[in-house]
Amino acid sequence: MNKAKEQIMHVVFLLSACASIFCVAMICVFLFANGIPGMAKIGIFKFLAGTTWKPGNNIFGILPMILGSIYVTAGAIIVGVPIGILTAVFMSRFCPKGLYRVVKPAIDLLAGIPSVVYGFFGMVVIVPAMSAVFGGSGKSMAAASLLLGIMILPTIIGVSESAINAVPESYYEGSLALGASHERSVFFATLPAAKSGILAGVILGIGRAIGETMAVIMVAGNQARMPKGVFEGVRTMTANIVLEMGYATDLHREALIATAVVLFVFILLINLSFSALSRKAEA
Amino acid sequence: MEAVAEEKNTEIVGINRQTFRQRMMSYRKSPLSLLLLVLVSLSAFLTVMALFFLLFYILVHGIPYLTPDLFAWEYNSENVSMMPAIVNTIVMTCLSLLVAVPLGIFAAIYLVEYARRGNRLVQIVRVTAETLTGIPSIVYGLFGFLLFAVTLGWSYTIIGGALTLAIMILPVIMRTTEEALKAVPDSYREGSFGLGAGRLRTVFVIVLPSAVPGILAGIILGIGRIVGETAALMYTAGTVAGIPSNLFGSGRTLAVHMYVLTNEGLYTNQSYATAVVLLIVVVMINAVSGFIAKKVAAK
Repeated sequence: MNKAKEQIMHVVFLLSACASIFCVAMICVFLFANGIPGMAKIGIFKFLAGTTWKPGNNIFGILPMILGSIYVTAGAIIVGVPIGILTAVFMSRFCPKGLYRVVKPAIDLLAGIPSVVYGFFGMVVIVPAMSAVFGGSGKSMAAASLLLGIMILPTIIGVSESAINAVPESYYEGSLALGASHERSVFFATLPAAKSGILAGVILGIGRAIGETMAVIMVAGNQARMPKGVFEGVRTMTANIVLEMGYATDLHREALIATAVVLFVFILLINLSFSALSRKAEA
Repeated sequence: MEAVAEEKNTEIVGINRQTFRQRMMSYRKSPLSLLLLVLVSLSAFLTVMALFFLLFYILVHGIPYLTPDLFAWEYNSENVSMMPAIVNTIVMTCLSLLVAVPLGIFAAIYLVEYARRGNRLVQIVRVTAETLTGIPSIVYGLFGFLLFAVTLGWSYTIIGGALTLAIMILPVIMRTTEEALKAVPDSYREGSFGLGAGRLRTVFVIVLPSAVPGILAGIILGIGRIVGETAALMYTAGTVAGIPSNLFGSGRTLAVHMYVLTNEGLYTNQSYATAVVLLIVVVMINAVSGFIAKKVAAK
């Protein structure tokens, strides 16, 4: 009786462990099975490199959205990475203990705020500010980049901080002993040694930024045309899916699912480089 | 005795102390150091300021609109009540946890307690769990839409949304449980085996109870994700404003409610108020998880 119970539970545990494999397989199957045929119907080259998106005329080119996603993410990196890494350095090597007890929960809270709230904040604060300073409607690539830059801060700070903490203290001490100041020691001895860990954090941030949906929709303007400039509206792949999925039918729906396939492939590539880098950081 | 030790300690710290003037002198010699210090402090300041500004702005604009009307039981376009959304959020959270928590804990038990070292399956599970963590919520939403609404023909349902979210938080619960189980000392297991208990009994009676705080922290993290999720729910649970009569009805959670209100553009004040409620929930979740983390660390 007892032995049977052990056996049964062993199998239950095993099956539960396989659940995540099953889920990933299901997601792949459903996305690819529904997206690839549509892509084939439109023509892969026409779909990926087409510069016009006009579902009404059966023209489905998602290059504007791919570029939109890449530009907005690049902007988020420009805003978020320097501030994120410097804050991580501060947290790890400069922060007095008392202050740490305030700053650390603040950053955790920044990570926990829902993306709709960020989007709303962007809509009522960042967009009007952009409009006032640079003219236009304010809903623009720059607004989306700024907002996403703030949103990826906690990811970059968290990973970078633990990477910097993992560097042996002897690097820093050696540099101090050679007469370098505290700041120089941290930046020129400790920080380079944490390079791959920090890079892993940046890549994780890129993944967050490219996959973010609701916040971007609320501030980016969402015009489905080739990106024209930093202060013009732009539509990302994620926005494209959410905005049109509600009423899309037939080929239009398949084209949207195919957009998700492209996004999914982007994310898989980013994940792969992240795990390769974090393995390198551990070694 | 203790006082002496403490005194010694402060002395040792004191060796590397510079006076303020010495420090300023060294900065005059090396302006780069000063620049780096300023940059680092400024960045941290900006990060914290971004949070406080966001919190402050939304609280100031939202709290005056937290009227009793907003918490009326029934939703209509006059009161724009968020009560149905709150109920839906709670139902959604419970349902997702009901699926994800046992699955995640069992999976972690297998990985830590049962699998042999270097097991191929374990590596595959790790990689897929990592992949699940990275998938954007809109892709989950689309998958849930294709599976539950289209293939199974349920249309937009609470249960479809909850199952989608369960997949989303599964890796979170798995990872935290795994870490909590790993932190239980092997001597506990050896003691239990030594007393003649079987593997199953050891896991459930000895190992799992000592890992509870860690597991709880993971569950709370999962709740946070569920409460804040929008993109994965729009095309799985839908955007109907009321409380559905059963789990196969459509209903929107608080975050979706807020998105729809903002999108309609007519209810900005109510959006502020909803944002306040969401922020309060998030702050509470963070406080609880921080408290638990402290407890775990203290052990």
